[in-house]
Amino acid sequence: MLNQKKFIVSHAPFWHNGSGITERSYHTMLAALPALLMGFYQYGMPAVGVISLSVSAAMLWELAFNKAAKLPVTVGDGNAAVVGLVLAMLLPATAPWWIVIMGTFLAVVVGKNIFGGIGSNPFNPVAVAVAMMMLSWGGCFDFNQSLVNYELNFPSMVYPLTAVKNFGVSAADAFTVSDLIWGKQIGGIGAGFGLGLIVGGIYLMLRGFIRWEISLSFIAGIILTALLFNTSDPSRYGSPMLHLFSGYTLVAVFFLAPEDSSSPVNFIPMLLYGLTAGVMTVLIRNIGAYADGVIFAILVANLLNPLLDKIRPKTLGHIGKA
Amino acid sequence: MIKRSFFGLTKPRFAYESVNGKSLKPEKISMPRSVTLFCKAPYKGNGLLTIGEKVKTGQKLVLYGDSEGYVISSVTGTVSSVSPYIGDFGKSYTAITISAATQEETEDVFGKDPADISLENAKKYLAFSPGAPALENFSGSDESQIKTIVVCGVDADLLIFTQQYVMSSRSEDISKGISILKRITGAESVVIAIPCNGNAPGSMKNAGAVGGASGAEIREIRSEYPAALPHMIAKEVLGQVVPAGKTWEEIGIGFFSAEAVASVGQAFSSGRIPVSKAVTLIKKDMSKVLIEVRLGTPLRDIFDAFDVKLNEKDRIIIGGPLTGAAVYSEDFPVQPDTDAIMVQDAESVSPVSDYPCINCGECVRICPANIPVNMLVRFCEAGQYQGAADMYDLYACIGCGLCSFVCTAKIPIFQYIRLAKYELERMRLTEEAANA
Ligand code: SF4
Ligand code: SF4
Repeated sequence: MLNQKKFIVSHAPFWHNGSGITERSYHTMLAALPALLMGFYQYGMPAVGVISLSVSAAMLWELAFNKAAKLPVTVGDGNAAVVGLVLAMLLPATAPWWIVIMGTFLAVVVGKNIFGGIGSNPFNPVAVAVAMMMLSWGGCFDFNQSLVNYELNFPSMVYPLTAVKNFGVSAADAFTVSDLIWGKQIGGIGAGFGLGLIVGGIYLMLRGFIRWEISLSFIAGIILTALLFNTSDPSRYGSPMLHLFSGYTLVAVFFLAPEDSSSPVNFIPMLLYGLTAGVMTVLIRNIGAYADGVIFAILVANLLNPLLDKIRPKTLGHIGKA
Repeated sequence: MIKRSFFGLTKPRFAYESVNGKSLKPEKISMPRSVTLFCKAPYKGNGLLTIGEKVKTGQKLVLYGDSEGYVISSVTGTVSSVSPYIGDFGKSYTAITISAATQEETEDVFGKDPADISLENAKKYLAFSPGAPALENFSGSDESQIKTIVVCGVDADLLIFTQQYVMSSRSEDISKGISILKRITGAESVVIAIPCNGNAPGSMKNAGAVGGASGAEIREIRSEYPAALPHMIAKEVLGQVVPAGKTWEEIGIGFFSAEAVASVGQAFSSGRIPVSKAVTLIKKDMSKVLIEVRLGTPLRDIFDAFDVKLNEKDRIIIGGPLTGAAVYSEDFPVQPDTDAIMVQDAESVSPVSDYPCINCGECVRICPANIPVNMLVRFCEAGQYQGAADMYDLYACIGCGLCSFVCTAKIPIFQYIRLAKYELERMRLTEEAANA
C-alpha cells in the first residue's frame, strides 16, 4: 500500500448547488444599485461620500471585531458591506461623518457581532442602529432640516411623512404617486426612488435571495392597514400609496425585513411576520409618536420571529411527545 | 452537478436517471487477480480460515462461527490475507482477500431438492449475494413482522441505473425470487417499484412479465429525487409513514433491491450462489457505464479497465452523489450492495465551510421530512444532540442529503445529523451497559 494517492474523503452529499453567502451579499448590493444611483444623481457627491464611508466603516468595524475577538476574519462574506450600504441608504446625504462611523459601529458590532455574528443576530442590525440613532441624535433624521440647503426640482421640499404627521394629508398633496415612485421627494439617499427599490426587490425575490413571502405580506399589511385608516378619516391619514412610497417603507420591505437571521423561514410564519411589520408600520405612523414607524415595526416583528417560526408543518413520521 | 437555477423561486428538480426502455448491456472486465470480501464480524485474528487455504467460487467462508456473518468467495483461489478494516463511524469489519487462480471451479451449494428452498438456507447462504438481500429481519415462524416486501426496480440515488437494468434484463430470476421470497417469508404482499417513465413501453412490459408471473403488484415511483428512498416509497406508494426513529421493518415493510431478489431466484434455481454484481460507473465527466464485475473486485481494476485516471485530491464515492460514501483507497472492493461507483475530479469536489448557519431557510424549504433544519443544525453544531432529537425531530431525517446540497453557508448538515444519531446511539449503549 505504498505510494498511495491521497483522495478526498468527505461525507455525502457530494454535490452542492453553488450558492454562497458572498454571492448573496453581492447580489443584495447589486439590487440596491438603481435606488442608489438615483440618490447620487439627486444629492451629488455628498451622497457618494456617505455611502462610501459607510460601507468601508462597516467593513473595518467587522475586521476590528474579528481581530479583537480573535475570530476568523469574515469581511470577505460581504455581509458587513451590505449592512453599511443599507444603513447609508437610510441616511440623509448631509449626514456628518461621525454619525456614519457611530451608525456602522452600532449596526456591525452592537447589532450583529456581539450576538455571535452572522446568522445569530435576533434583530436586524441596521434597524437596531437606526433606532438607536433616532433616539440619540434624532436631528440627523430630520430630513427637512438636514436637506435644507438642497434646491431640487421636487414638488415640495418637505419630507412627506412629517408633513402628513404634523399638518394632515393635505400637506402632502403636492406629491402625486408618480412623483413618489420616481423619487421626487426628499429622504434617505437610497430610500426615495420607489421604482428603483421595487426593481431591486423584484430581482432579489426572483433570484431567491430574499423570501418573497415576507416582502409581499409586508406590503399587504401596509396597504390594508393604511386603507382602513384612510377610509375612516381621509384628511388625517395618508393613503396606502403614500405609506408605501414614502419614508423607509420600500427599503424596509426589500432590504430590512427579509434579513435572514432575524426573520422566519417557514411559510405561515413568514406571512405573519410580514403582515405584523406592515401593520405596525402604519400604526406607529398614524397613532404613534414617530413620523416613520418602519424601523420600530421591523424590530417588533424581529422580536416575534422566534415565536412565529414555531408554527411549522408536522415532520414526516412525527410522533406526538408527552 | 446540478447548480442553483437563475431564478430562485422554484425548488431545484432532481430527475432520476432513466433508461427509458433502452436495452443496456453491461460491460465485463477480465477476472480480477484478487478479491477482497468484507465480513461483518470485527477482526479477531484468522479464525477458522488459514492463509493459503483453497476456496472455490461460490463457497461459503465462515470466520468465527456462523452467528457472526460470513462471506461467499467470488473467485476460485487461495486465501491470501485476513485483516481488520475500519469503515464509517469506526465500524469494524474483517477483510478477507483471496488470490484468484486461473482455473475456476464452482461450488454447488444447494441440491435440486425443492425442500432446500427454505428461509433458513436463504439466511445461511444468500446474505452475501449480489444486492445483499436483507433476510435477517425475517423469522421463520408465522409471526414474522414483515407483511409487505417492496422490490426496488429503481435506484435510490441520482445518476444510477443498476437496479433499472436488473429489472429490465432479469425478469425470470426476479419472478422466481419473488415467488420464493413470498413462500419462505410468509409476507402477505409484494410490491414492485418501477420508475415512472410515462411513455417507455419496455420497462412496464418487463415489470408486467415479472408481476404477472409472481402475483406481485406493480407501482410506479415519481421520477424525482428523493421519491425512491425507502421512506418515501413507504409513504407515497404504500401510504405508510415510518414513524420517526423507527425502522421500516418495525412497521412491517421489507425492502429488497431487484438484484437481491434476482439473486435469490437464481441461487435456488441453479443451486449456486451468484457472485457477479451489476454496477453503474459514473466517470468524472458524469458519463455512465454499466459494468458487471465479481464481488470483491478492487476499484483499481475497474478504473484501469475503463480508463478512469485518478489524481491526488480526487474523490472516490461508493454510491450516488447525494447519499454515497467516499473511500480513501483504490483498493476498496465492490461489495454486495455497491450499486454505483462515482469518481469526482478534485476541481468539482464541493467545498464545505465552518461558517455558522445564516438562517436563510433553504434547507427547511427543501427538506422532504419537514424538519426545521436551521434549528437542528444549531443544536448539532453545539453538540446538543439530545436537544436536537427532542425539540427538532432529528430522528425524522430520512437521509436524503438535500439540506447540505442547498445550504448557503455550505455547512455539512447531513454529516452533522448522522454524527448526532451516532453519538446518541453510543450514549444509549453506554447507559445501557452501565445499568446492566
Ligand atoms: S438529509 Fe436534510 S433534507 Fe434530507 S431529510 Fe434529513 S434533514 Fe431533511
Ligand atoms: S441552508 Fe444552511 S445557512 Fe441556510 S438556514 Fe439551512 S443550515 Fe442555515
